Amino acid sequence: MTNRKNWGYFLPYGLWLVLFVIAPVALIVYQSFFNLDHQLPLNNYATYFQSGVYLKMTANSIWYALLITLFTGIISYPTAYVLHQLKHRQFWLLLVILPTWINILLKAYAFIGIFSQAGMANNFLRFIGIGPHQLLFTNASFIFVATYIQIPFMILPIYNALDDLNPAYVNASLDLGATRWQTFRRVIFPLTLPGVKAGVQAVFIPSLSLFMLTRLIGGNKVITLGTAIEEHFLTTMNWGMGSTIGVILILAMIIVMQLTNDHDQPGGFPR
Amino acid sequence: MKKLSRAYLILIFIILYVPIIYLIVYSFSAGDTMTNYHGFTWKHYADLFADPRMLAIVANTLLVALLSALIATLIGTLGALSIHRTSKRVTRDVLLNLNNILMVSPDVIIGASFLIFFTTLKLPLGFGSVLLSHIAFEIPIVVLMVLPRLREMRPAMLAAAQDLGATTKELLSRVIIPFIAPGIFTGFFMALTYSLDDFAVTFFVTGNGFSTLSVEIYSRARQGIDLEINALSGVMFLFSLLLVAGYYWLQQRHHRRKNKRQGATL
Repeated sequence: MTNRKNWGYFLPYGLWLVLFVIAPVALIVYQSFFNLDHQLPLNNYATYFQSGVYLKMTANSIWYALLITLFTGIISYPTAYVLHQLKHRQFWLLLVILPTWINILLKAYAFIGIFSQAGMANNFLRFIGIGPHQLLFTNASFIFVATYIQIPFMILPIYNALDDLNPAYVNASLDLGATRWQTFRRVIFPLTLPGVKAGVQAVFIPSLSLFMLTRLIGGNKVITLGTAIEEHFLTTMNWGMGSTIGVILILAMIIVMQLTNDHDQPGGFPR
Repeated sequence: MKKLSRAYLILIFIILYVPIIYLIVYSFSAGDTMTNYHGFTWKHYADLFADPRMLAIVANTLLVALLSALIATLIGTLGALSIHRTSKRVTRDVLLNLNNILMVSPDVIIGASFLIFFTTLKLPLGFGSVLLSHIAFEIPIVVLMVLPRLREMRPAMLAAAQDLGATTKELLSRVIIPFIAPGIFTGFFMALTYSLDDFAVTFFVTGNGFSTLSVEIYSRARQGIDLEINALSGVMFLFSLLLVAGYYWLQQRHHRRKNKRQGATL
């Protein structure tokens, strides 16, 4: 095959790389230097780091994302573990994946009904004698719904890691006299850690940017980085500041990726 | 212990499915709220199918999904072919990393940066910008689905075809494409679901006149409960079930074929 023909094949993909991957990132970084009046470069960053509001919002957003990731992990690991021991596990795994095919907004919308004053959650609280409470538009409901949405994305990588784990290691550990708990703590968990890390990656970063949930479920009480970006771009039209927060979000993303990537195992999962 | 773990699993599955069942159950409720079931009715489905605005939006959404998935599959497959062809490891790693940028970026970042991009180019926001954005964020997933198939392809097979006198075109259309077809189909399916699922990116680049289902659900949900949305979710759930069934059928067929082939060589 001649080189020129190769070029022809690469052209559409190359154009995509330049126009839709490199250019947008470059533009958002460029835009982040300009404020509303197209003044002084770095002005936005000065505002960002000097105003307590932005820093507090960022800290809040990271804190919420951490909580969501933590809860998702605590719920998902045992689920993946039990799931992996089932007979028809492929079928059950399919049932875990199925909810991710339902539009996220429909799931959020369902919780508007469930958490409403006369909704199912309050009926349950009344039934056990501690209700009704204001559930919708609280921080707790935001965390609950975000965790609900993220659970399948955490279960899947952990399940895959468990699947890749060689059962001989577990048997060896048990044969050598380790208790079940020791085997789990010293053998199974360390060997499936890459799966957990992949899950953290899949959950933490989107949790920083779930602006539709903060609007629909959190009632604008929780402001995540994503909410702030949406607000600056589509409501106050301050694209410069929005881009600045965007760059901060990109940096946060890179840090998370660096922390959760396994440099010694290029494959990501142990074989 | 076993009973406890079973109970835990059942609890998780209940939590996963309760919201979805709740939505669909109330789509058949005669009331107007998602509380207190008022008896069975098809009314909300009738309303949904008699709502011309909603039907137009459904048509828009499907059109964007199908068109963008087709174009993304084409470009993505070409991209996978050229990435696979690169002999230099460094170049390939750089290309793969660039490819994955849109896979890992948060939706808001993709949406915001595309909005700046379209505005800079003075492209009007609407159908065109939404379509372009969807193509853009679907390409990397297609590449990721096609590449493994290309890696599975044995070089001996290509050499044999060339020795037997196949031209470049024939090599591509008779040998390579049929071999990587399962990857291309999977890529197309994933692209389709990415498009149907997307809200944030579309929300940023949609402008005023054009709307997709996600954006419409968002703006209606902000105004409160509207059981027409429940009816819509019933329809979309059925549609997702069909898509999942289709996807798994493709996968199963692929596995069966693979097993058969491996059985034949043994």
